[in-house]
Amino acid sequence: MIFKNADVVFADGVKKADIRTEGGKIAEIAPSIKGADAIDCKGLTVFPGFIDLHVHLREPGFEKKENIESGCRAAVKGGFTQICCMPNTNPVTDNKVVVTYIKARAKEVDLCKVHPVGAITKGQEGKELAAIGAMKAAGAVALSEDGKSVPDTKIMALAMQYASDFGLKCLCHCEDAGLVDGGVVNEGYYSTLTGLKGSIRAAEDIVIAREICLAESLELPVHICHVSTYSGVQLIREAKARGVAVTAETCPHYFTLTDEVIASFDTDTKVNPPLREEKDRLAIVEGLKDGTLDCIVTDHAPHHEDDKNVEYNLAAFGISGLETSFALSYTMLVRGGVLGLPALAEKMSGAPARILSLEGGEIAVGKPADLTFADLNEEWTVDPAEFVSKGKNTPFAGRKVFGRVKMTVVDGKIKYEEKRK
Amino acid sequence: MLNRKDVLGLYDLSAEEIDEILTVAASMKKLLRQNIKKLPHLQGKSVTTLFYENSTRTRCSFELAAKYMGAHVVNIAAESSSVKKGETLVDTGKTLDAMKNDVIIIRHPMGGAPRLLAKTVKAHVVNAGDGMNEHPSQALLDMLTMRENFPSLEGLEVAILGDIKHSRVAKSNLFGLTKMGACVRMYAPKTLIPKDIDKMGAKVCSSREEAVEGADVVMGLRIQLERQHGGLFPSLGEYAKFYGVNEDVMKYAKPGALVMHPGPVNRGVELTSALIDGNTSRIEEQVLSGIAVRMAILFLLTKEAI
Repeated sequence: MIFKNADVVFADGVKKADIRTEGGKIAEIAPSIKGADAIDCKGLTVFPGFIDLHVHLREPGFEKKENIESGCRAAVKGGFTQICCMPNTNPVTDNKVVVTYIKARAKEVDLCKVHPVGAITKGQEGKELAAIGAMKAAGAVALSEDGKSVPDTKIMALAMQYASDFGLKCLCHCEDAGLVDGGVVNEGYYSTLTGLKGSIRAAEDIVIAREICLAESLELPVHICHVSTYSGVQLIREAKARGVAVTAETCPHYFTLTDEVIASFDTDTKVNPPLREEKDRLAIVEGLKDGTLDCIVTDHAPHHEDDKNVEYNLAAFGISGLETSFALSYTMLVRGGVLGLPALAEKMSGAPARILSLEGGEIAVGKPADLTFADLNEEWTVDPAEFVSKGKNTPFAGRKVFGRVKMTVVDGKIKYEEKRK
Repeated sequence: MLNRKDVLGLYDLSAEEIDEILTVAASMKKLLRQNIKKLPHLQGKSVTTLFYENSTRTRCSFELAAKYMGAHVVNIAAESSSVKKGETLVDTGKTLDAMKNDVIIIRHPMGGAPRLLAKTVKAHVVNAGDGMNEHPSQALLDMLTMRENFPSLEGLEVAILGDIKHSRVAKSNLFGLTKMGACVRMYAPKTLIPKDIDKMGAKVCSSREEAVEGADVVMGLRIQLERQHGGLFPSLGEYAKFYGVNEDVMKYAKPGALVMHPGPVNRGVELTSALIDGNTSRIEEQVLSGIAVRMAILFLLTKEAI
């Protein structure tokens, strides 16, 4: 297949080129490639297929919220060619059977590549190590206790050491549960205004610092999930400066919104870690710009309406993010003058691929033909009714954004193409 | 005419609306003082109190307010009913709506619950206290009590001492009083002061003397024993010693300054018994103001436009 006339986002700049794929790989990139089976992509910009290190597919166990098929459909609609799914399923993804099931189901669905993330401890209970070796053998690409931290620092240290034998990294959700103590929003002006229980930055920062200390002491790599605080960004920046092998991610909601939006009591603004203040938002943007924050993930957390149409305290944490991530990132960061297109591709594809040693992440001959085509000039309004994810929970409903994914190609096959209106 | 469907908090109400409620409440209070307890304003209306939290005085006050104006009143102590069967607030609201309730008065341990109910039902919703958010009728009855004792709320210096962090009463009073031109000072242990409350117009003081100095009104807020168990202060005794209001502290206030408390009061903790029972105390007066304010709210919400 030949994709003609698109503006191609390479690591060193954007150039108009034709891309020929063969056998699922990129076979040729040249100013003009002639041949049959060509698609004219004039006016579109092509990125290396986006890779999301942090997605909740909810299957097995919570299929009312999302399943592997609906989640993958949302992924390719959002331009993602590879996603990593978190282990807080039911049963917990803490053994090879669940890992194998997810891989098999994803293969049947055959949309994007799905990489299971295994739990760090059995049942995510923080006590005994999960079947780390067996999960790796079945295809797990990383470990995480996402939704909480491993409370016992010793277990966490042992897990990092044992996992490193299998080349697996821990993706750390950083939260001191005792300090959060039932908090549902950021502690500040808006928690006082609404009377909703707040949680201070330190609840996140303390565990970020702990994971950094462990990585430094053990001389092992660690990855920090969904950074939301200015102080967390600074901890990571300082650790990187002294050579600790730490990488970190953030999400579009942390560089787009502040806790001001909770004043409406809209439960779609409830997310963990919570939306914070303007100085945090600005620090997240700065962290992305200076490389402290390596990548953008969605923390796609789809929920059923029943889980959200309740009292704020009772509502589930999470935002359905796969279908808005690219547009929010492009609008806020590229149109906002923070990142160029190659840097955005790095945050959404290059860095995630390197962090977990996944194939892909750049447009180059010999690489997998994972390509995301977008119209950067299209302005559109976020409408959850149009989401293909089962999770319609978004605080961005009604927001105008730029940049629309038009086509997603995985291993040389078109897995999503927007229907013409 | 209160031109809104619900009364959820004083943050949403304008000074004009607050003034109107207080003016009507003052007339209601006059009638109550004459022992007139059979008014026609709510005849043919149904009022349900839906309480997800224990309460004696607030529920009783709302119930009597509705009954004095001729409404049918149903009381639901939600802990003992469908909530235990797992029904959601939204479903309970739909059921109450289908039963043709005109007003639902809700108390709930979680902030924002009345707003969720109001969004769901056609009935008028009155917030009788939601978590740490608001308790508008309490603040209105406090303001009515103050207005009866001073020419105006404008320029009044009101000191609030006690568990401010967990107090919906402190918040509603802050919103209401500042809208009416009064000044609110607050004092409590740091563990009981919510973040950024000063940015909402409160003056956070660094001693009880500073808070009380020159005050027209000194209001104590209940300190719950469970906060001691939560590690927010060492003991009620220590609280009383360092943060409580006693006669010595009251000397800093304006002569004749009023002593108020939303109740129930811990004698000798927030306030000494001498202050509670003294002639500047308005604690019992607050109770009567409560019925009057709730009558005014119910009347103004259900009044048909002429």
